[in-house]
Amino acid sequence: MATVETLPTGQDTLQPVRREGGKRTSRYGGGWVPYLFLLPYLALFTTFVLVPIVLGIWISLHTWDFTLPRKPWAGLGNYKDLFDSSSVVGPDFIRAMKATAIFTVASVPLLVVIPLAVALLMNAKFPGRNLFRAVYFAPYVLGVAVIGVLWRYLLDNNVGLVNNYLGKIGLPDDIAWTTSTPAAWVALVGVTVWWTLGFNAVIYLAGLQDIAPELYEAAKIDGANGWQRFRNVTLPGLRPVLMFVVITTIIASANMFGQSYLITQGAPGNETRTAIYYIADTGLKNFDMGRAAAMSFVLTVCLLLLSAVVMLAFRERKPKGLAS
Amino acid sequence: MTTFVEGTAPVTDNPPEGPRRGGRPGRAKRIVQYAVLIVLTILFLSPLIYMAVTSFKTQADAISPEPQWIPANPTTSAYDVMLGSDDTPVLRWAFNSVLAATAQALLVVATAALAAYALARMDFRGKRLIFGTIVATLFVPAVILIIPNYIIISEFAWLDSLTAVIVPGAASAFGVFFLRQFFTSLPEELEEAAYVDGAGPFRIFWSVVLPLSKPALATLALLAFLTNWNDFLWPLYVLFSAEQQTLPAGLATLQNANAVRYDLLMAGAMIAALPVLLLYLAAQRFVIEGVSRTGLKG
Repeated sequence: MATVETLPTGQDTLQPVRREGGKRTSRYGGGWVPYLFLLPYLALFTTFVLVPIVLGIWISLHTWDFTLPRKPWAGLGNYKDLFDSSSVVGPDFIRAMKATAIFTVASVPLLVVIPLAVALLMNAKFPGRNLFRAVYFAPYVLGVAVIGVLWRYLLDNNVGLVNNYLGKIGLPDDIAWTTSTPAAWVALVGVTVWWTLGFNAVIYLAGLQDIAPELYEAAKIDGANGWQRFRNVTLPGLRPVLMFVVITTIIASANMFGQSYLITQGAPGNETRTAIYYIADTGLKNFDMGRAAAMSFVLTVCLLLLSAVVMLAFRERKPKGLAS
Repeated sequence: MTTFVEGTAPVTDNPPEGPRRGGRPGRAKRIVQYAVLIVLTILFLSPLIYMAVTSFKTQADAISPEPQWIPANPTTSAYDVMLGSDDTPVLRWAFNSVLAATAQALLVVATAALAAYALARMDFRGKRLIFGTIVATLFVPAVILIIPNYIIISEFAWLDSLTAVIVPGAASAFGVFFLRQFFTSLPEELEEAAYVDGAGPFRIFWSVVLPLSKPALATLALLAFLTNWNDFLWPLYVLFSAEQQTLPAGLATLQNANAVRYDLLMAGAMIAALPVLLLYLAAQRFVIEGVSRTGLKG
């Protein structure tokens, strides 16, 4: 690495310490050095993120069968097909989007609220705290494949543990968790909560610990009760973390694939086949990539809009001068 | 926004302390708290224990109508079948998974650290545009990349090879963002001193900045490892032959081939769970602290 020759201005070197808000010089590399540092990452980023986004749009405008050499221009035909109930993919796509919507609407509130309750329960020093935290987080590290295979067994309609224990406490013991709705939705949402509760709880816990204890003390002195302290100290202090959890949970739920693939296989009658499941099948199994690319753009736009709405919702009510 | 800097800056490995609320929680309250925590513990642990127990059952005991928490006829036959089969080479899958996750983690850390350092400390034309573009893609759902990346890796002739599950996913916008925040939070004095001593930019980066950043680099490596280890959809569609599978994709193959052979499936799931479970037991606190820091990027 040469280029130290591009010397920074003299007086800066003599008084190196504490330039408050001063303009940064290129003392750690000028000329082409920064580009050299960026090169490996930008090569990956361009090839596997930027180019694919543009290529994806291009593909979605063609009748793009991966296995055929000819890929004729289709204009907006693929997009029209998605919303045309008489086309080959229309009804299936709408059904898949509906499945994703149902799962997202059912799982996000639970995955936002339950982990927060668990985090609040653990937000104090007490014996065994780290042990509990480690246990609740454990399913997350196992990954969706292990937990999917495991719960496919536990939810088995005939020999599963779940139905067996339901029977023991006098409830119906023949629920078809994997082959009928709405039971399948309950199963998929329940497994997902079980799987990722610990992840969100851990993020909440870190956020809770950033709230200054003095704020609670002050609220207490002002005579605030538990609920008022939660409402006026905890929630506002948690706002950025809460926004992060809501957005990442929405995106994760809208991308739900493994649970459905392993536990219900999309049953009954593709009712639990989610959008991303259908996109992967259309594009990577049937190789109808033009339509699959169009679907992923529709799903992406939906998700971006949803994220924007969430961000606005969290920003609007932000009190002025909120510290942190 | 600012919470992130506070959350990342010189990393402490101490257990975080909760706000001390007066110090007298009340005995009844404490009992209820423990009761809830213990019920949750049972809900979280019992399925995992049942998986372990079932992997030591016979085929018949695994589907017995009455749950067996202790196998009536304990056996390792499921493991024997799993480990001896050529159609489902689980050990090979485990090896592939370890290799892919390690390689991707290293690739993520190496490329992201270099780029993040340039973005944190250097001045150059196009810096804002480059950083802005990287940050913007943080919000782009990955679903949009699946189809085009499949075409790209098929052009590179990477289909059905581990390269396909190592390289494309290594372009981590989060990694760059995370490390840039960390580098920015480091005090500049040491770098200035090295500069005055005549060290070049790469030398400063390598022998001053990287040693100071070990906790952040380790956190990123771990998160990248876990992400790759648990990736399911992508390996499922880009890897075809039995020899090339990673554990998650292999488990799906296993389930398709052995619909209700739950003894085999649980043994397979156990083998898939074991490496990451051991890693978790060894570095549990580090894993959790690492993950909890990702949330502070809000």
